[in-house]
Amino acid sequence: MAATTHIVGLGEAEGVSVPSKLHDWLVTVDHKRLGILYIGTALFFFGVAGILAALMRWQLAYPNSTFLTPEVFNRLFTMHGTTMVFLVGMPFFAGLANYLTPLMIGSRDMAFPRLNAFGYWIFLMGGILLYFSYIAGEGLAGHGTAPDVGWFAYAPLTERAFSRGTSTDYWILSIMLTGIGTTASALNVVVTVISMRCKGMTLARMPLFVWLMLVVSSMVLFILPPLTAAQIMLLLDRYLGAHFFDTQAGGSAILWQHFFWLFGHPEVYVLMLPGFACANEIIPVFSRKPMFGRAAMIGATIAIGMVSSGVWAHHMFTVGMSASSNIYFAVASMVVGIPTGIKIFNWLGTMYGGKIRFDTPMLFCIAFLFQFLIAGLTGVMLAVAPFDWQVTDSYFVVAHFHYVLLGGLLFTLFGAVYYWFPKATGKMLNETLGKWHFWLLVIGFHLTFDTLHFAGILGMPRRIYTYAPGRGWETLNLISSIGVIFQAAGVACLVWNILRTLRKGEPAGNDPWDGWTLEWATTSPPPEYNFAALPEVRSSRPLWDLKHPEDPDWRYE
Amino acid sequence: MTPAIAGGKMDTPKQAGSFEETSLIQQPDWVLPDRGRVGVLCLIVTEFALFSIFVVAYIFYIGKSLTGPTPSQVLELPIWATICLLSSSITVAIAERALKANQIQRFKLWTGATILLGLEFLRNTAVEWRHLIHDFHLTITTNLFGTTFYSLVGLHASHVVIGLSLLLLTFILGLRGSMQGQSRRFELLSWYWHFVDGVWVAVFTVVYVIGR
Repeated sequence: MAATTHIVGLGEAEGVSVPSKLHDWLVTVDHKRLGILYIGTALFFFGVAGILAALMRWQLAYPNSTFLTPEVFNRLFTMHGTTMVFLVGMPFFAGLANYLTPLMIGSRDMAFPRLNAFGYWIFLMGGILLYFSYIAGEGLAGHGTAPDVGWFAYAPLTERAFSRGTSTDYWILSIMLTGIGTTASALNVVVTVISMRCKGMTLARMPLFVWLMLVVSSMVLFILPPLTAAQIMLLLDRYLGAHFFDTQAGGSAILWQHFFWLFGHPEVYVLMLPGFACANEIIPVFSRKPMFGRAAMIGATIAIGMVSSGVWAHHMFTVGMSASSNIYFAVASMVVGIPTGIKIFNWLGTMYGGKIRFDTPMLFCIAFLFQFLIAGLTGVMLAVAPFDWQVTDSYFVVAHFHYVLLGGLLFTLFGAVYYWFPKATGKMLNETLGKWHFWLLVIGFHLTFDTLHFAGILGMPRRIYTYAPGRGWETLNLISSIGVIFQAAGVACLVWNILRTLRKGEPAGNDPWDGWTLEWATTSPPPEYNFAALPEVRSSRPLWDLKHPEDPDWRYE
Repeated sequence: MTPAIAGGKMDTPKQAGSFEETSLIQQPDWVLPDRGRVGVLCLIVTEFALFSIFVVAYIFYIGKSLTGPTPSQVLELPIWATICLLSSSITVAIAERALKANQIQRFKLWTGATILLGLEFLRNTAVEWRHLIHDFHLTITTNLFGTTFYSLVGLHASHVVIGLSLLLLTFILGLRGSMQGQSRRFELLSWYWHFVDGVWVAVFTVVYVIGR
């Protein structure tokens, strides 16, 4: 936009040496750089955890496979799950929130820039510590290296008596560190949104992306402490001989499960809502219509945040709770479907009658709508306690939550990468490679995870390292593993696209998608101070007002 | 295109707004909540969640210990310690007002009193723990009561230590004469201190009243 060309690159120094550039990244407190660091780290760990997943799929591709030993397989699924949740999903949320929130609300930085840097580095420390266990987790000889207790590390199985050596301690401490980082970052987002909005940016006019980040961050403040508290208790048990989860001293065998899922279930929405947030920005812009049912969208988000905090024990239908507990948690879990349904309805309403542009970000969001709908439907099935008893801990569950987190979350995050990459770097990602990425990922995703639903219904349990032939699982597993090749090829397209674009991409301009939120009002990449003059807004689409002075939004809001 | 996002609040716009036109409209002051206050409130919320899990664990395990000693055998109501800690909330509030009014002497006096009250609370906890460990052989490994008692009371005591360290820091800064104009920051610290006191009310109720 011509609007802001006069503030180009005052913060950029050309021809600076590499060590000095590196030093700048190390000491930075700029929300945009920290955002890029978060997202870069998330993409790196996504690659690592993806490789772990590919190894597991290779092992399961055919029966009686001896490619991996059972011990290695246990470490792989533990590290895969832990990494994807804490080192991919969470930093992606933190990165997007960091990069975009101040830009969208017309602020020069987050509320606490140094706390922001602290959050990133302590998070990275946690990530490195987790993988350091592969080298140093031996503890007692023969007791394994990396954690092998599953991403939820059920106590009492993680007590000292059953989980010897130090690998479990690596899991506890590294996740606690990432938790501190995430809490710092969430606190920062809440304060930024409440205290740093530009003139005229009332809560009612705030972009939906920012609204969702506010809800997610508030949730994080409430839900991470249960995990941290449970981890402190487990450490006390393991090192000081306390008895929180020690059944021999009268401790409870399921208390950990309650505490963990009190964190773990809302956590799913903490991961998922940033995906919704991206879809909320992308779908209207590419449908050339304002969001349908904006207020309902905000209400639905808050409802999801609240209801999802009271449904945790649907992960525990088979531990033997009372019938009334089962009924409550089953019904409460189904209730989550209502606000989620409102959201899907609103996205469809936004697209209905719009002039849809099928660029890569929009393609990812459209696939997300279909896939997330199916994920939600299997979710409602699993909320029915008797059905859950049949398929619990089977590949049906695995397929369900991968539909949520891959088919739902990952697709929107990839859409977000294509949508905001031009803003962060000033260069357009290649559309052709983007379409290859999209279609390969769609094909690979469906090959891998559609089949696993059936394997699960046919009784294939999760976490098994191999299986005998003749149970009807062979073909399904082989197809599922073949899908990984397509997914890997798709992600390779993205990596190649990013590397290629950074070297010789086409310049993007300030507003390549004809967007409506404030981040498109500044240069690409934005200068360190974001806006030369802080903007003032009068509606929820400030750039629309600017581009269409004859028909501004504020007349109708 | 206008050089910046223009706009003022117009309730009944007569024609399309341009930068020149709307900037003439009087805009009411745009004041948002102070970021320090919101930040400390968020911190308190997340600390509150942390404490509630330990409180839940304590309540869940009341009476579940397989061996003694039990709370009713060994615990005594810490009335004096409670009086000290709760009155330190009053002294810190007086210190905060003194700093706001720029009365540094009064500020130093009342911050010092707060620190002494906090230290007296910690001394009482130390005496209580020594009594329990030495005379009743109750440690964190003895039974579920020991496990939950020491972790909950210890978590609270560690927060008292953090609060006291920060208060001591402001006291030293006050002695060196660099606390002028810092009343906003001291107010945030006093909020944290009030929170620590509030948690003690919950701990007192759960551990010494309900659990005994």
